[in-house]
Amino acid sequence: MPLENEGEDWRMLDAQYISPRSVAEAVEALKGGGKDAMVLAGGTDLLVQARTGLRDPRLYVDLKRIPDLMALDISSKGLHLGASVPAAQIFENEDMKALYPGLTEAVDLIGSTQIQGRATVGGNLCNGSPAADTVPSLLVLEAICVIAGSEGERRVPASEFTTGPGETVLRPGEFLVRIEIPAPSKGAADAYLRFIPRTEMDIAVVGAAVSLTLDSSGCCEAASVALGAVAPTAILVEGAASALIGSTLDEAALERAGSAAYEAAQPIDDKRGTAEYRRRVASVLTQRSARMAAERARGRN
Amino acid sequence: MSTKPVEGLQAISVTVNGEDYTALAEPRMLLSDFLRHECGLTGTHVGCEQGVCGACTVRVDGAIVRSCLTFAISVAGSKIDTVEGMAKANELHPVQAAFQEEHGLQCGFCTPGFLLTVQDLLEKIPSPTDQEIREHLSGNVCRCTGYQGIMAAVRSAAQKMQT
Repeated sequence: MPLENEGEDWRMLDAQYISPRSVAEAVEALKGGGKDAMVLAGGTDLLVQARTGLRDPRLYVDLKRIPDLMALDISSKGLHLGASVPAAQIFENEDMKALYPGLTEAVDLIGSTQIQGRATVGGNLCNGSPAADTVPSLLVLEAICVIAGSEGERRVPASEFTTGPGETVLRPGEFLVRIEIPAPSKGAADAYLRFIPRTEMDIAVVGAAVSLTLDSSGCCEAASVALGAVAPTAILVEGAASALIGSTLDEAALERAGSAAYEAAQPIDDKRGTAEYRRRVASVLTQRSARMAAERARGRN
Repeated sequence: MSTKPVEGLQAISVTVNGEDYTALAEPRMLLSDFLRHECGLTGTHVGCEQGVCGACTVRVDGAIVRSCLTFAISVAGSKIDTVEGMAKANELHPVQAAFQEEHGLQCGFCTPGFLLTVQDLLEKIPSPTDQEIREHLSGNVCRCTGYQGIMAAVRSAAQKMQT
């Protein structure tokens, strides 16, 4: 990684810091800081970007001391996941593993153990990487992003949150407060698989999340499929979902879902793989992920 | 720790290995630099300084983190554990002893990070499988070789800590 501002010590440049204790205080701080203000959660992306000159915030608004953003609540209504909850706290939570196994696996794939001590799902989403591991899972679970700003609170579906590489719907002065995910219905389960050339510490070549609901006879009533790292943002693949719905997740249905994923993927050629290779991996991972979700869903009926 | 924007030198207090430290630091001083330069605890090593190598691993309120990707000010008030806190009196921590006995050090530069990560692993999983060891240490393995010695040290430490 090139260090663009190597030579001058970025840590000693003038910068301000604030650690608000409430959402309202954070909104005020961001308003006062103008365009040089940025929110800081785990910092595992932002500090690297600041060091390499990719971003140059002059006011860091630390979101790790706001109780609402540090809360992980699971109730009969579903999950409220504060934007600053560290990854380690999420995947060590037994209810998370039981209710949202796919999302929890995705969280466990973010960086190393040490990164997971600070990194957050909110940051994974807001950083806007097309390869972010948690985003396909957020899409298939129909997550809603609750955003705060000087105009008040607004809610945006996760599927509309990321608008391009590094780009989100967040307007200046806005920040993510929490992610809301409905409680899984009876017979529903999710799964996430990603492919990387090594076993740990890498960025997805392709990621595939599947959420589906099986009735008591094993027939698929509802399904959602999302892919990461094959387009400028993570994408929902409706063709793959409809191939699964109404089936018993037999080989033919899985293959149709895989083909739909192959067709929907719009990947680029890069050092992690060619576009054609990524399309094929997208097909394979979609099928494996659907099989895994189905196995879990059967266990819940 | 502030509810108003601050700039310039700030008094930052942390507890490191049970001792209280307060020092002045810029808002963007990294926790790794704060520990080394302000607290004088140079056991925490700074390798890549971009969150990749794991040499700077410390524990903040129990969770292992990369101190080179953490501003000191953002963990003000926290309890921090560094490699200096592992040995008690003149007795090495079982993980340290196992690294010594099983030749898990190589040049030793990245060892402080390994030691804290292994301590964290064995607290969570007292008898890890080789797969679990490799996964937990994936944020520390870098580009040297000699990992078999480290694997042997972790297995040995796990045994020591159970008896």
